[in-house]
Amino acid sequence: MSRVDLPMGGRDAMRSPLSGMSRRRSIWERIHLDPWLLGLLLVLMLAGLGVLYSAGGQSLDLVIGQAWRFGVALVVMVVVAQFSPATLYRWALPAYLVGVLMLVAVEVMGDMGMGAQRWLVIPGVIRFQPSEMMKLAMPLVVSAWLCRHPLPPRLRELVVCVALVGVPVMLIAGQPDLGTSLLVATSAVFVILLAGLSWRIICALTLMMAAALPLLWMNMHDYQRQRVLTLLNPQSDPLGAGWNIIQSTTALGSGGLWGKGWLQGTQSQLEFLPERHTDFIVAVLGEEFGLVGMLVFLLLYLLIVCRGLWLASTAQETFGRLLAGSIILTFFIYVFVNIGMVSGILPVVGVPLPLVSFGGTSSVTLLAGFGILMAIHSHRRLLPR
Amino acid sequence: MRQQRDTLKNPQHELRVFRIRALMALVVVLLLTGLLGGRLFYLQVVQHEMYSTRSEKNRVRVEPIPPTRGLIYDRNGKLLAENRPTYNLTLVRERVDDLDDTLSLLVDILELPEDKIEAFRERSRQRQRPFQPALLMSDLTEEQIARLAVNRHRLPGVEVEAQLLRYYPDAKLMSHVLGYVGRINSEELKSLDSGNYAATHFIGKTGVERQYEKQLHGEAGLRKVETNALGRALRELDHTDPKPGKDLTLTLDKPLQKHAVELLDGRRGAIVAIAPQTGGILAMASVPGFDSNQFVTGIDVASYQALREDPNLPLFNRATRGNYPAGSTIKPFMAFAGLREGVITPSETIYDPGYYQLPNDDRRYRNWLRWGHGRVDLERALEVSNNTYFYSLAHDLGIDRIHDNLARFGFGQRTAYDVYGQSAALLPSREWKRERFGEPWYPGETLSVGIGQGYLQISPLQLATATAVLANRGDWVQPRLAAEVGDEPVPVDLPDTPADIELTHDRWWEVIISGMEAVMSGNEGTARRSGVGLEYRMAGKSGTAQVFSLGKNEEYNAEELKERLRDHALFTAFAPVEDPQIAVSVIVENAGGGSSHAAGLARSMTDFWLLERNAGKPREAAGAATESPSSEQGDAQ
Repeated sequence: MSRVDLPMGGRDAMRSPLSGMSRRRSIWERIHLDPWLLGLLLVLMLAGLGVLYSAGGQSLDLVIGQAWRFGVALVVMVVVAQFSPATLYRWALPAYLVGVLMLVAVEVMGDMGMGAQRWLVIPGVIRFQPSEMMKLAMPLVVSAWLCRHPLPPRLRELVVCVALVGVPVMLIAGQPDLGTSLLVATSAVFVILLAGLSWRIICALTLMMAAALPLLWMNMHDYQRQRVLTLLNPQSDPLGAGWNIIQSTTALGSGGLWGKGWLQGTQSQLEFLPERHTDFIVAVLGEEFGLVGMLVFLLLYLLIVCRGLWLASTAQETFGRLLAGSIILTFFIYVFVNIGMVSGILPVVGVPLPLVSFGGTSSVTLLAGFGILMAIHSHRRLLPR
Repeated sequence: MRQQRDTLKNPQHELRVFRIRALMALVVVLLLTGLLGGRLFYLQVVQHEMYSTRSEKNRVRVEPIPPTRGLIYDRNGKLLAENRPTYNLTLVRERVDDLDDTLSLLVDILELPEDKIEAFRERSRQRQRPFQPALLMSDLTEEQIARLAVNRHRLPGVEVEAQLLRYYPDAKLMSHVLGYVGRINSEELKSLDSGNYAATHFIGKTGVERQYEKQLHGEAGLRKVETNALGRALRELDHTDPKPGKDLTLTLDKPLQKHAVELLDGRRGAIVAIAPQTGGILAMASVPGFDSNQFVTGIDVASYQALREDPNLPLFNRATRGNYPAGSTIKPFMAFAGLREGVITPSETIYDPGYYQLPNDDRRYRNWLRWGHGRVDLERALEVSNNTYFYSLAHDLGIDRIHDNLARFGFGQRTAYDVYGQSAALLPSREWKRERFGEPWYPGETLSVGIGQGYLQISPLQLATATAVLANRGDWVQPRLAAEVGDEPVPVDLPDTPADIELTHDRWWEVIISGMEAVMSGNEGTARRSGVGLEYRMAGKSGTAQVFSLGKNEEYNAEELKERLRDHALFTAFAPVEDPQIAVSVIVENAGGGSSHAAGLARSMTDFWLLERNAGKPREAAGAATESPSSEQGDAQ
């Protein structure tokens, strides 16, 4: 028993998933996909395209472009789902190191004045955002590290985790992209919490973080502070940073219970809303479909999270469990931060609404994450009961 | 069970812990979703009514109105920076169907080079809110306006907008001191007060324009307009006037500034003139300069590159940022240090054989006159600029006391009240050398500092400042460029003024000053040729700063050295001696000796100020309360 539960020792067994005495495998298990999760995601994406059509000024081009991106992202998901957790385990550290190197490269090139600081550009070949890759590499490497030791993690292992998390997070925060850096850090925190970190340490760390808040404030850029201050009183700066929040809450609030109807939102259609097809798409959704529409979307997201958590807790290996749990919880955090930002309870941090906001890179990362989730679930070795 | 866990992994336990944690996470997820749901319920049901009304009213748009930038005058009320009406090309992105088409059409119509398309695209992104017009191009010509008017129907979203544009009537004279405004770049956009700058396209980049950006800019106004369904403004509902920026009156005198620039014409150098009693900077010239108006409308890459790569560094403000060896101009201040520390008295003499030797050292530190000046006292040492005297003085003082006393005159510090980008230059000390090189201070280095060479570096502004303090017999006034901001005069006594300097005997100031007067008028004065026919009493000191260091016992031959390796000529002076109206420092790069190549310029400056600008009129303009005899002499000429 203990042999197969060690992720390292279990490698041989994992290479030949059919070696155990098996019951008949369903078609879904053969292609390593989870029908429930896939179904929910597809519904969400289709609904998202509908909202995007309205938010993007009824531009069919925009919707088709987004559909193509979804197509690419789905292919990535299917491909990723074919890897066994053992392969993912082996790739964790290299992926992480490459990610950190690319972040450093971005930093250096930014210093040399070659283009914007978040992108790694090889002219004519590729434009790539290394921080996006970190969103997956981070939970991967932390899970891989923690599951090498008995759980719950002790302080010694935790110190290594802090180093693993700290370097890329600092680099991303320095780009400056505070939002993404916090989300990357959050994904690592989820792994550690799910690994069963003792409550004593959790409390101590929480207190330390609270004490470090003033330090963070001092190191923030002026525009970042402005965003926090504007959140507290948006009316203080109606032409500047407060504009977004005022416009988005007005759009949401005027939607009412049932909404103004598809393509009927005045705020959205009259273009008062900034970034209405990207980060602020929820405002369009809330204005045109009302509270009911919003609750339907929230329910969809909730179902995806529940299914994800279920897949995570049925995984056989600790590595897979931690990774899957972190990915699905981080997904929820995206949803929470985005809707929280648009409805004015969180500062504007530039996080898109997963699978609804326009944008290619983030959907690829998200669906690759779901691919990992499915891979972990579908590569279970089928042992006799 | 607990003990077992320390050595071995326990899969059952790990699974159990995970499931408990996952369940907790689910509870938190549900709570947070509930929070979002609650917030949405609050917004969409409880406050629906209010937002519904607000949404109806949202056909009303708030537009910012830029404030008019404050004007800049010289001390006589002559306009130095004004706002000229010009026409700009702007673009509202939301109203443009196809940006690519529009931009290439624009470039066609205006007959601009193809590469402007990318520049336009970049500029069209630089804005803060939807429907804010982005500035594509300023200062359109009549012909361009006409071409755009003809093609208007093909260019929705493109507008020609009237705007006030900064204009410097005397750009070439004032380029460094005034600085210029330029288009706000994306970096600046991040750190700006986005509300106040919502309609502003330009910001002060250097000089006075930068230093007084806040006061010159003013406060943005608001205009509430009703829009139609497409967002186009229909009528104005409400209007808050912008608060225009404050006008600035500088202490600069335009004719004197012009005179200084003309004196330096064709050379590289700087002249700074200060009114000692008020600290007002009368002239601050750095030559060569540039046309600051080019920077307002957006300088093209080739011209900018040419300016940047010009070996004469036209963009470099030599007056405030140039660091030069002080040469012998440091000697009056060394004399002060010696008197104050009791190392010398005015009457004490030394014998100068033509060189100085440190005890136990063979090396000869040479006087510039090979056979020496014989017996010299303090006054004569200043008059003939004797090196041996000051080597000996420097050795007796030591670097620590030299440092402390030179610091009293503002060397090594930024003492000007409102001069943007002033350099602290370098006043060396033992600690500095240890930090910089990790080496101790050597006695020979003290000798170099004693005659203004070695590590010591000064800026022309610092030299003029120190001379003004000397002219005031130790009373400090901070040099400043602004005389009035809005209607508020800048007070003479500012809170950060350095402490006044005192000497044991007040008459010792006169000893130093009469040594400097002898430089101009004495039989042996180094600048006696520039002192011929003086109609007022003038005190000065020449300096020659070595750019090229000579080997031991080598001789200097100006002919053989390339122009760039020739010495810098320095001169510092003030006049009249008994009632100082002007202190002036002159630096001419690679000109040769200061007494022959800079003294004449300083004399020309004091002549111009005392005899032409202030001839026969009360001294108020020059900053003095009383009239002095010299102005009457001026009438006689």
